[in-house]
Amino acid sequence: MAHEINEDLIRQIAQLAKLTISDEEIANYMPHMKKVLNHFSELETLNTDNIEPLITPVDLKSYLREDRVEKNISTEELLAGAPSSIGQLFQVPPVI
Amino acid sequence: MDLLQADLSAVTEAIQNKKISAVETTQFFLDRVQKLDQHLNAFTYVSNTAVKEAELLDQKIAHGENVGPLAGVVFGIKDLLCTKGMPSTAASKMLSGFVPPYDATVVSRLKKAGAIILGKLNQDEFAMGSSNETSVYGACHNPWDKSRVPGGSSGGSAAAQAARLTMATIGTDTGGSIRQPASFCGVVGVKPTYGRVSRYGIIAYASSLDQAGPIVSSVKDAALTLETICGQDSYDGTTSDHLVEKFSQNLNGNIKGKKIGVIKEFVQHIPDAHIAQSFQLALDTVKQLGAEIVEVSIPLTQYAVPMYYLISASEASSNFARYDGVKYGYRTPHDKTSNLSLDDFYSLSRGEGFGAEVKRRIMLGTYALSAGYSDAFYLKACKVRRLLRQQFLDAFEKCDLIMGPVTTAPAFKLGEKSVDPLKNYLNDIFTTSTNLCGLPGMSVPFSTAREGNSILPIGVQLTAPHFQEQSLLNFAYAIENTTPAADFRKLKPHVY
Repeated sequence: MAHEINEDLIRQIAQLAKLTISDEEIANYMPHMKKVLNHFSELETLNTDNIEPLITPVDLKSYLREDRVEKNISTEELLAGAPSSIGQLFQVPPVI
Repeated sequence: MDLLQADLSAVTEAIQNKKISAVETTQFFLDRVQKLDQHLNAFTYVSNTAVKEAELLDQKIAHGENVGPLAGVVFGIKDLLCTKGMPSTAASKMLSGFVPPYDATVVSRLKKAGAIILGKLNQDEFAMGSSNETSVYGACHNPWDKSRVPGGSSGGSAAAQAARLTMATIGTDTGGSIRQPASFCGVVGVKPTYGRVSRYGIIAYASSLDQAGPIVSSVKDAALTLETICGQDSYDGTTSDHLVEKFSQNLNGNIKGKKIGVIKEFVQHIPDAHIAQSFQLALDTVKQLGAEIVEVSIPLTQYAVPMYYLISASEASSNFARYDGVKYGYRTPHDKTSNLSLDDFYSLSRGEGFGAEVKRRIMLGTYALSAGYSDAFYLKACKVRRLLRQQFLDAFEKCDLIMGPVTTAPAFKLGEKSVDPLKNYLNDIFTTSTNLCGLPGMSVPFSTAREGNSILPIGVQLTAPHFQEQSLLNFAYAIENTTPAADFRKLKPHVY
């Protein structure tokens, strides 16, 4: 598969990833991305018919902990890290 | 007592027997940080409560209370782990000033065992890098040669430990980030089996690969630290209920008759003469101890780097969606006149908060997961990942452990790192398979390379089947006691 990495695609990816990037960054990322993806395309040569993807590397049993109410961290403590908060709420600039 | 050389168990015993106090040992290491870290930049934050905590510990001991197996041991923690009341920033502008309201399970287990947390350690931003140069706090230096990198991403942990600014440290390893800096700095580093150590409170990079582990001065110290932090945790559903052995008490360096696998595809391609010589010496040395060398073929290791970068970048691009400028972390400056759209608000906060390499990997991951490409990239990598794991499991039918080099070369110069990311990524060839397959791995200091006036440490890498940390540590213990490794331990880094 040929990977057409052009400026438009880089802008589109940045938009999907919700990243504002400068023209300079685009110029910098484009050749890197091209090179990396072309190299990584070598995986396509491997036969993986009927192979299930391995998502997590160790076959672990799922388990559930007891469903009981615990209070570890207070609302105030959690809000303390917010760039801006008001009362018990995160505060954000108006966006609509 | 020589606090720079003593085992952790000896120090804690002396503290518990009141031969020395926890306050004295804590102050001793604080003084060292004060004096020496200006040469290294290993610490991103030094605790202002450590002495107070040591005082409380001494009081407990004076009252005859039971204290844990690491009582008074002075730990440095990689900045990627959340520490209650101490900044935890992943060395990123995105989390600048973030002080978590809770401890990572690893940290709470260390504290419960009596450890004193001295501070936070430098790293590559969000653990993405292998030179510690992408940190928002600036590069960390290698104590053996300040003009060189300590490795990464856990560079601060390895550098602090090599210079003995700490008694022990914790690092994390997603594709080699414990083992590679441990090798560059001449200290012992263990990446446990995936699921051994809780990831709760560890700022996520790639969740199916991340594991925390010790970076310490000896195999015995690694065993003691590891048995403290391992074990199932109700806050991390991927932790295993596998029995946690008393690794430190079961250490046994007899490797006679053990079958040691050597991956054919690795040893054929060692690009550096120092590393090749060191590895050959390691093979000869373990043979003399009665181990049998078995050649194994794992052809898919040649594809480990593409697999690793596609999977880790994909997972990161998903994990990093949490950084939105709302709940915590960096937010783009704005006022009532800014008139930001929601998209602008998110995109500017993220674009300004993340560094270049982090953005590069988020974009790679976003592309690899995007419609039309996920089958070719992400899913393809996951399928090959299953085949790679099977090749390792097949190899372990023929051998007890696998031994290999850790890195393609000894520590490189600061700033020398190529501007070509692909070239840098390819240097991770020897370490990434271990994470992809969830296996336990380790780097043990073994020999050195001389470059000009510099002596540079070289480690040897060991990989074991899942959950066989004990046999990993036992083999490392044997290596540590061989002549080349013992000769290495007589050397002291330049900053010490």
